[in-house]
Amino acid sequence: MIAEFFQFNYTLTIVMAGAFILGISSGLLSSFAVLRQQSLLGDVISHAAFPGIAIAFLIMMTKDPLGLFFGAMVSGWIGTLFVNAIVRFTTLSYDAAFGIILSVFFGLGIVLLSYIQRVPSSEKAGLNSFLFGSASTMLYQDVITMALFSLIIILFIFLFWKEFKLLSFDPNFMSSLGFPVHKLNLLLTTLLVISIVIGLQMVGVVLMSAMVIAPAAAARQWTSHLGTMVLLSGFFGLLSGVIGTLFSNFIPHISTGPMIVVIVSFFVVVSLLFAPHRGLIWNWIQNYYYRSNIRANSMLVNMLLFSESQTDPYHCHQLSALTAIGRGPALRAMKELQRQQYVRNPEADLWGFTKRGYQKAQHLQATLFKDDHGY
Amino acid sequence: MNAKLIDDDCAVLVQDLTVAYREKPVLWDIDLKIPKGVLLAIVGPNGAGKTTLLRSIMGLIKPAAGNVSIFGQSIHQQKKSIGYMPQRGSVDWDFPTDALDVVMMGRYGHLGWFKRPSKTDKKLALDALDRVGMADFSHHQLNQLSGGQQQRVFLARALVQDADLYFMDEPFVGVDAVTEKTIIELLKELRNQAKTVVVVHHDLQTLSDYFDWVSLLNVRQIAYGSVKDVLTQENLKTTYGGRSAFLTANQSAHNQS
Repeated sequence: MIAEFFQFNYTLTIVMAGAFILGISSGLLSSFAVLRQQSLLGDVISHAAFPGIAIAFLIMMTKDPLGLFFGAMVSGWIGTLFVNAIVRFTTLSYDAAFGIILSVFFGLGIVLLSYIQRVPSSEKAGLNSFLFGSASTMLYQDVITMALFSLIIILFIFLFWKEFKLLSFDPNFMSSLGFPVHKLNLLLTTLLVISIVIGLQMVGVVLMSAMVIAPAAAARQWTSHLGTMVLLSGFFGLLSGVIGTLFSNFIPHISTGPMIVVIVSFFVVVSLLFAPHRGLIWNWIQNYYYRSNIRANSMLVNMLLFSESQTDPYHCHQLSALTAIGRGPALRAMKELQRQQYVRNPEADLWGFTKRGYQKAQHLQATLFKDDHGY
Repeated sequence: MNAKLIDDDCAVLVQDLTVAYREKPVLWDIDLKIPKGVLLAIVGPNGAGKTTLLRSIMGLIKPAAGNVSIFGQSIHQQKKSIGYMPQRGSVDWDFPTDALDVVMMGRYGHLGWFKRPSKTDKKLALDALDRVGMADFSHHQLNQLSGGQQQRVFLARALVQDADLYFMDEPFVGVDAVTEKTIIELLKELRNQAKTVVVVHHDLQTLSDYFDWVSLLNVRQIAYGSVKDVLTQENLKTTYGGRSAFLTANQSAHNQS
């Protein structure tokens, strides 16, 4: 069965494995990139890696995956060093440095690519697929290279877990403990470079930054625990890799890399909208609930004021009178209170406490201005 | 008293320290002998270099000139004997973790590379949270904490460092009266345990109640010594320049007490 699947879907299997690996490694590292507010660094690295691919090809004159990986990595790395140097030695800020390095390196890459088109070599075809990525050019040895680098990333995250956590949260404090913050910084950046270079062939330099921002942006919405967040963003990454590959396989003329990015963006949109506690829709519902609750409670307390002038606390009053002392839409608050059986409505426009409501109002009155949060 | 100190009795010895950003000196020729077991405030106007002084002593900023020694050794040999409480605003409090986890970070220096915190570390962290009155908040997410609570978490993290010398950067900024009282009592407790506590401070009103020693700083060190000796109107005027109207009022209040 499995052998048959592999034979008949050899390309699909290769592409799927590649997408899986690229998704998980960029997903895992995206958490650290996003938490360290370095999301845009991913964009710089992927663009800066581009000329490295061209240079590596010009040196080797073959498309040996390890050689191209290496070229991309060195070039992406040099790009980040230049960013740091610009920030350190000039008065420019990070965003300017990002912009400069990104465009300069990308421009250089395009120039080199057009030069390569004139070089007589049968191997040169397919290099421009690094722009937007191309799954069909993926080979077995590409996947093996990707898998090796991905394992290195996972191993380092596991080993340096505590160090990377503190580095992301409070590098100042970490430095006061005697840890070599600068070196750890370089290590984490190197891992980020590796994870980006892994994905370049499939997703391309233009879209790769999405893979180091989106999974973490989505994961952060669902959890407030770093471990869960890192695993979840790795999961979002691999899931979008797999789903994206399947989509582009079954829908004709859809390229894989961009499809993966579309899927991961879909996860982001859903997470931004629907995640509990942090999602927009969740917040709207919560706010509506809180507000109508406060409205109803303040109406109950107001009714208590009214009933004090009466011998019978359950005496019913006209809505207009109640509106006069309260604020906002009284009828809506009353309807809500009636639903919770705190008030009764014996005749049109006449409203009064139920027994339950009277008790509730007294309780509110007694506790309303006390801080019930404990601080 | 200052002159009689032998260098061996010093927790911190700073000699001729000068720090500059580009051509602009931030600290100029600072000499400072901090004896063991005192509660010292570094006071001065904004931009006086208070945080820079703290960070230079800790070896986080490379000085242009001068020497710093901690308990007679270089700072790099003494990293484990110092505790640090940075300004609250220096980190992102939306970071996905809880109060206990942040306090446990204070143990990382003792743990060294790769090792994860043990049960003992966790217990120490919980105890520290208890000492700052945050025992019930150990599993609260950071973004659920108020400013004062964040400050307490940072203090607890410094406490679990179990240091002999503490550096605290504006621990009283943006906290309510209750938190301020909790913090100063803990600082005095540390001092009473013969630990040395160096605090960047802003509030001249509380200076003489809270601290034993004070360093008045405005790029240069204007005056240094016991609070009683240093807190004169003339010194304050030199430190804060022309803006001395409120200082005068403050000073007369100080003289009455």
